[in-house]
Amino acid sequence: MEPVFLTFVFVLTIFLGFELISKVPSTLHTPLMSGANAISGITLIGSLASLKTGNPTVAIILGTLAVTFATINVVGGYAVTNRMLEMFKKKDDGGAK
Amino acid sequence: MNITALLINFAYIISAGLFIFGLKMLSSPATARQGNLLSALGMLLAIVVTLFYSGLDYKWIVVGVFIGTVIGLVAAYKVQMTSMPEMVALFNGFGGIASLLLAWGEYHQHPELSVFIALVTFLSAFIGGITFSGSMVAFGKLAEKIPSKAIVFSGQHIVNGAILLTALASGVIFAMNPESSYAIFLVIVVVSLLFGVTSVIPIGGADMPVVISLLNSYSGLAACAAGFVISNNILIVAGALVGASGIILTKIMCKAMNRSLANVLFSGFGATTQAAGSGEQEGEIRPATAEDVYYILEAADSVAIVPGYGLAVAQAQHVTQELGELLEENGAEVSYAIHPVAGRMPGHMNVLLAEANVSYDQLVEMDDINPRMDTVDVCVVIGANDVVNPAALNDESSPIYGMPIIETHRAKTVIVLKRSMNPGFAGIQNALFFSPNTRMYFGDAKASIQALVAEFKSD
Repeated sequence: MEPVFLTFVFVLTIFLGFELISKVPSTLHTPLMSGANAISGITLIGSLASLKTGNPTVAIILGTLAVTFATINVVGGYAVTNRMLEMFKKKDDGGAK
Repeated sequence: MNITALLINFAYIISAGLFIFGLKMLSSPATARQGNLLSALGMLLAIVVTLFYSGLDYKWIVVGVFIGTVIGLVAAYKVQMTSMPEMVALFNGFGGIASLLLAWGEYHQHPELSVFIALVTFLSAFIGGITFSGSMVAFGKLAEKIPSKAIVFSGQHIVNGAILLTALASGVIFAMNPESSYAIFLVIVVVSLLFGVTSVIPIGGADMPVVISLLNSYSGLAACAAGFVISNNILIVAGALVGASGIILTKIMCKAMNRSLANVLFSGFGATTQAAGSGEQEGEIRPATAEDVYYILEAADSVAIVPGYGLAVAQAQHVTQELGELLEENGAEVSYAIHPVAGRMPGHMNVLLAEANVSYDQLVEMDDINPRMDTVDVCVVIGANDVVNPAALNDESSPIYGMPIIETHRAKTVIVLKRSMNPGFAGIQNALFFSPNTRMYFGDAKASIQALVAEFKSD
């Protein structure tokens, strides 16, 4: 895949991102940020794909560390976001007082 | 591209779609939770299909994923809601370091890079390194492990400039001839880690909402650069989405403080302005006891509670909710007025009050409460300072002049809960405390409110 094509994808996604998240109520700033943070753990995908058998030892160490850190980011990020959003949800169920 | 790789890449497109819908749904309260789950589903799909690539070293993958999952889950469920900002910073930093390590591992195996790939390898390592060490410093400041005040030294800008220049020069040299530049790459790693520290250390605690959102954006961009390194679309798409959302949040935060991003990043706010703010004050302080405050609140028909970082520090969200409920039983109309940068991360106060079960429709934004501030009987300021400082409106010499504030001074009575008379983070005296309609109620916020609750209950 050529750099030009990838850059094309990149630029369009940036615009899409701006459009998607232009209006967010301040109540949701933290969950949005923390949810986006979990997505930034997407590096995990790359780390998994490059952790191949027969890699030199240094690459294995780097790769395993990358997988570990990225997993913390992904799992922790989603779990914490869900925990926060659960609190918002509880009230909706209870109905407005 | 063989058929497996093709199918995997198709699955990535579905993942990308799920991320996009997830983020879209995260921006509305009614759908936010499903949005997050949808985005998690997208991530799971991407992870599972990635495992179908041939030749993966599953042993080490299992080790890494297992350790990461355990740490991530324990951290996510153990953390107190009041410590949420540092948790977000920590996770964010881990994402950044993963991008750095990924780029490094790739380079280690295939040092013969084209100029373009060498450039993005540099960017991935550089941005990832800044994200990591910057987030660690932010974490340290938020968890009070290192002083949260801005730390400045003379020549700081020169040092930072020199570091940045070194990094960029190394990047250029590296991109020209990656094959024989392993040492240069290591220099880049070290310098990026150094730059993260030196660029976040001069930023004070109250500016953390900006820093956290900016670092969030960086971690996305680092993942994006890593995506270019290994020619992976899903990394680019997801990273760019995060990068964009982080930039938007950063902009919102800066706007809420009426300061430019450059000013937040480079001014060392709170350290340099101390002298300017300590001018003399007119008027006197009127301290109040729990009983005094009780009588004021008991007679009030409308009460606006203005929370700040002090509420989080004192863990006073639950008692505050209890007090709000008692006031409502007493016939008062209670609302919570929240400044966009109150606390240490975007939306910090909303999360805490949500944890304490404060009803969603009672939370009002600054722009909604200010026009009707004149009709509010009592404003209760809990651990907030700069966001209610009238100097932002009327004192042109004040460092925070121009920042939009919650105009509590226009309410009929203001009760300020505060630990002591020490000026707030920005080191600026607050005329509100000396105003004739203000009563100061000193003490730990939680204990103070508990005393009030007791007064109401004994009634």
